[in-house]
Amino acid sequence: MNNLEIEFNQLVGKAQTVRNRLGAVRDQIVKGLYQQAQYIAGEVVKTHDRRDDLDRKIDNIVTSKFFGYPLMIALLSLVFWITITGANYPSAMLADLLFAFQDRLTAFFQWAGAPDWLHGVLVLGLYQGLAWVVSVMLPPMAIFFPLFTFLEDLGYLPRVAFNLDKLFKKAGAHGKQVLTMCMGFGCNAAGVIACRIIESPRERLIAMLTNNFVPCNGRFPTLIAMAAVLMGAFVSGYNSFAASTLVAAVVVFGILVTLAVSWVLSKTMLKGVPSTFTLELPPYRWPKIGTLLIRSILDRTLFVLMRAVIVAAPAGAVTWILANIHIGDLSILAHFAGWLQGFGHLIGLDGYIVMAFILGLPANEIVVPILIMGYLSKGAMLELDSIEALRQVLINNGWTWLTPLNMILFSLLHFPCATTLLTIRQETQSTKWTLLSALIPTAVAIVVCFVVTQLVRGLGLV
Amino acid sequence: MGLTAQSTGIYAFLEELKCGSGAQTNAVIALAGNPNTGKSTVFNGLTGLKQHTGNWPGKTVILAKGNYQYKKKNITLVDLPGTYSLLANSADEQVARDFICFGDPDATVVVADSTCLERNLNLVLQVMEITPKTILCVNLIDEAKRKKIEIDCTKLEEILGIPVVPTAARDKVGLKDLKETIHKIAFAKKIPQPKQLAYNQDIEAAIYEIQQEVERLLQGRFNSRWVAMRLLDGDTTIIKEILSYLQRMKMDQEEGLGKCLEVECCE
Amino acid sequence: MSVAEFELTRLPMGKTAQVIGVGADGLTRNRLLDLGLVPSTIVEAIRKSPAGDPIAYKIRGAIIALRAEESNQITVRPIY
Repeated sequence: MNNLEIEFNQLVGKAQTVRNRLGAVRDQIVKGLYQQAQYIAGEVVKTHDRRDDLDRKIDNIVTSKFFGYPLMIALLSLVFWITITGANYPSAMLADLLFAFQDRLTAFFQWAGAPDWLHGVLVLGLYQGLAWVVSVMLPPMAIFFPLFTFLEDLGYLPRVAFNLDKLFKKAGAHGKQVLTMCMGFGCNAAGVIACRIIESPRERLIAMLTNNFVPCNGRFPTLIAMAAVLMGAFVSGYNSFAASTLVAAVVVFGILVTLAVSWVLSKTMLKGVPSTFTLELPPYRWPKIGTLLIRSILDRTLFVLMRAVIVAAPAGAVTWILANIHIGDLSILAHFAGWLQGFGHLIGLDGYIVMAFILGLPANEIVVPILIMGYLSKGAMLELDSIEALRQVLINNGWTWLTPLNMILFSLLHFPCATTLLTIRQETQSTKWTLLSALIPTAVAIVVCFVVTQLVRGLGLV
Repeated sequence: MGLTAQSTGIYAFLEELKCGSGAQTNAVIALAGNPNTGKSTVFNGLTGLKQHTGNWPGKTVILAKGNYQYKKKNITLVDLPGTYSLLANSADEQVARDFICFGDPDATVVVADSTCLERNLNLVLQVMEITPKTILCVNLIDEAKRKKIEIDCTKLEEILGIPVVPTAARDKVGLKDLKETIHKIAFAKKIPQPKQLAYNQDIEAAIYEIQQEVERLLQGRFNSRWVAMRLLDGDTTIIKEILSYLQRMKMDQEEGLGKCLEVECCE
Repeated sequence: MSVAEFELTRLPMGKTAQVIGVGADGLTRNRLLDLGLVPSTIVEAIRKSPAGDPIAYKIRGAIIALRAEESNQITVRPIY
């Protein structure tokens, strides 16, 4: 075996000598390849008047100085608006269906003579958690993903990267990070995986650590509900247009935070030089709608249902238990909320809200349900059938207009959900960076909420 | 960069493939191609898997695999990352190259974008240099038609010396022909003779200088011309990998030999 | 470098040029070569990003966007 190694080394040495004599070998090889390719293509490809004018015309608009950016923002808002408005009816329907079934479950438990606590854990906790997540999260996801996939398959996303690359380069990040952020809208875990398209490890890490600042589908319900509550403080009646504009604005803010944090990271923990950027702008291809719908709805539906079962149901059960086991005259949940009250108030929230976020680590969707459960202290998540009802409960618990604002900010910026953290661990193979991916966003969230709170209070606005 | 077959996990993947779960596989087929060629659509079309595709570079999950049945044979398809070439040292390209080179697939299908054939041929030619069992799948012919681009596949076959199959994977056009061609090449007794790419005089002379020695050392296991070129290109990792591959083979052989002797004794 | 040669970055939109040489080294260089930017290739400058950078070029049938850092390393001779 050693023999083999010696002979190989000799060979390598000889090749090296020959190589040095030749000069730019790689150039000549690649040139040779391309010249052959050109010759062959010339022999077999016939183009009659080239018809790529349509592509050019579209790009002329999409990447133009005047229309490029406004168009991007308009498209983003449109996607949100369709998602929000379109999801309303199915969400209500699903909620009715699932909660009606819950009543049947309760009846069954009563008939079976099951103990109250069992009914509480299984029905009021487990099943209700599941029902809430499915009815609230599934419809928006089922709409958002096909829309997003449509833009993806169409070929529009590379144009977005093309438009925004300079901005990202200035922030020390890679233009392709835009694409990973787009993916993060659907699910941050998927966004983290998408970071594989960034070859340089440094820039990939920046993209992974900041992906969380793009709100995933799981956070939309929280953002939308809070946006509606916030709007309700100023404008009477629910206006989906206003709400979706607000959400779009929140997203833009998230993007700005991404740029800022990327910049800081690239100047401190992840110092380095920008890597190569070559992005292909593929021709536009009108997607096959049928396949697209089936693929994105089916894939996403299954994913959400699975997550609801695995994450939300147990979390619901746990929360019910915490809310219904009393130590002294308060439930455990109330105790926790008490401990966190001081901190919560500092950042414009309260103990229950902070606790809801902490308990919402497994999945962002359950933050609002847990919060309501805490407030109502009836030990069960009530379905509130209107934003007004929700607002009443919140006002009864000391909310001002500052609270939903900070809740929006905190939800946008705080630590990633457990699935995302696990994905980061898997992709980076590093505990250190996984911890940082939780700490950095949380630190940002706390600072931003703190500043906003002090400012608003200081100005006597609340 | 220091990426080796070991570090890219290729051997682990190959082990998994061979020992695989479920049905015995009759052939392993590699699927290569530039990004944006609809390669994943071809993959989905052949295997019926719902792996997501998207119209931007680098979206393919690394080394997805699936399978399908054709003429009573079970075929495993491995979807390699989309790469522009097999020469640069990014992890994607290394993985793709390692698989085609060391994974010894029974055939390699290179998916090309028919609206951009010239650029895609670069990869096709490179793959042909590594393995003679290459099939060219000219995809997106519906797009080409829309743009009034015509490709003479028969002539292309003649020039390249490898089978050429036009497809429009989105509409499932041409996939049956592709399966048939894969079947032919994977189970053929004769090894096809693709056209040999010729470089300029200086390069050819240099290759000639070291090729014989390379041939001897490789023991016929790899394409000596291709390895010679990699050496001239200054790629030392490929040599290390070939060396360790050959050493492994030798060890396996010796082990196998030992077992044979045992059996004979018992008889 | 003769008068008629300059960096690809300075090629006006809509004009074509022929690649003379590729500067840079290592990974960047290999990547550029692999995309087809070898000497004698014809390149057309298609459009600029609204931010001014990167710039999209037509290279051997495909449209590829390059940052100024990359296109500065490519020497071309105009054809017009």
